[in-house]
Amino acid sequence: MSIQYYIILCLTLFSIGVVGVLTRRNAIIVFMCIELMLNAVNLLLVAFSKMYHGAALQSAANTTAGIDAQIFVFFIMVVAAAEVSVGLAIIVMMYRNTHSVDINFLNRLKN
Amino acid sequence: MSTVDVLFYLLSAFAIVSATMVLISKNPIHSVLWLILVFFAISGHYILLNAQFLAIVNIIVYAGAIMVLFLFVIMLMNIKKDAEPQKQLLVKLTGVIAGGSLLTLLIAVVKQTAQIQDKQVLLKEGTIGLIHPLGKALFTDYVIPFEISSILFLSAMVGAVIIGKK
Repeated sequence: MSIQYYIILCLTLFSIGVVGVLTRRNAIIVFMCIELMLNAVNLLLVAFSKMYHGAALQSAANTTAGIDAQIFVFFIMVVAAAEVSVGLAIIVMMYRNTHSVDINFLNRLKN
Repeated sequence: MSTVDVLFYLLSAFAIVSATMVLISKNPIHSVLWLILVFFAISGHYILLNAQFLAIVNIIVYAGAIMVLFLFVIMLMNIKKDAEPQKQLLVKLTGVIAGGSLLTLLIAVVKQTAQIQDKQVLLKEGTIGLIHPLGKALFTDYVIPFEISSILFLSAMVGAVIIGKK
């Protein structure tokens, strides 16, 4: 499978996430679209890792080249889990204060 | 066309359709359920790439923990289906056009880059995605970031409790 197909798939998923952030007003949906973008990047990292590993296998049989990208994906998942817990706590607090999850309500921050 | 190619196209179409449904759904709970399907499709891609550890972690952490948290918060708030105020049509159209332009531009760049024209991805082979090599790398070369991430989790937990208690 050519790497281009993977790049195009991940770009499509990422762009869908960008469109979601730009068009929806529900804070939770916006947050979910950010998760979607993170996952698109994760998939692309794994695809690049396997591309690099396949190229390295040509020269050395027992190489672990490309394993760093999969470790990075693991750490991205760790950070995303921590981020979601804090982010959802902030959304719950915002809902408690305003009784709405509309992100347009937050433009009072600019005053 | 081999089985792997068919699986790739099926999973890709499944992921893109589900991701689009996340945006289209009016009900936030439906959006969460569609997003879980996207994560399962991405896990299928990981298995296709023989990254078995990441496939399982993706299902456990994302589909199992994070999305349940989202579902829990949505049900806690009891958001009604039509309560979400819609953006104006012009703003929506602008967002879609902006995202589409971004996608077109990036695909054009990818198509023209000479360095990746004939690069192939190693599918269903290679051992770097298995638990043994990954665990070895994680606990030798990356042991300090691994320990720091536990502190990150502790601080995130404390932060979430403090924000939630106010």
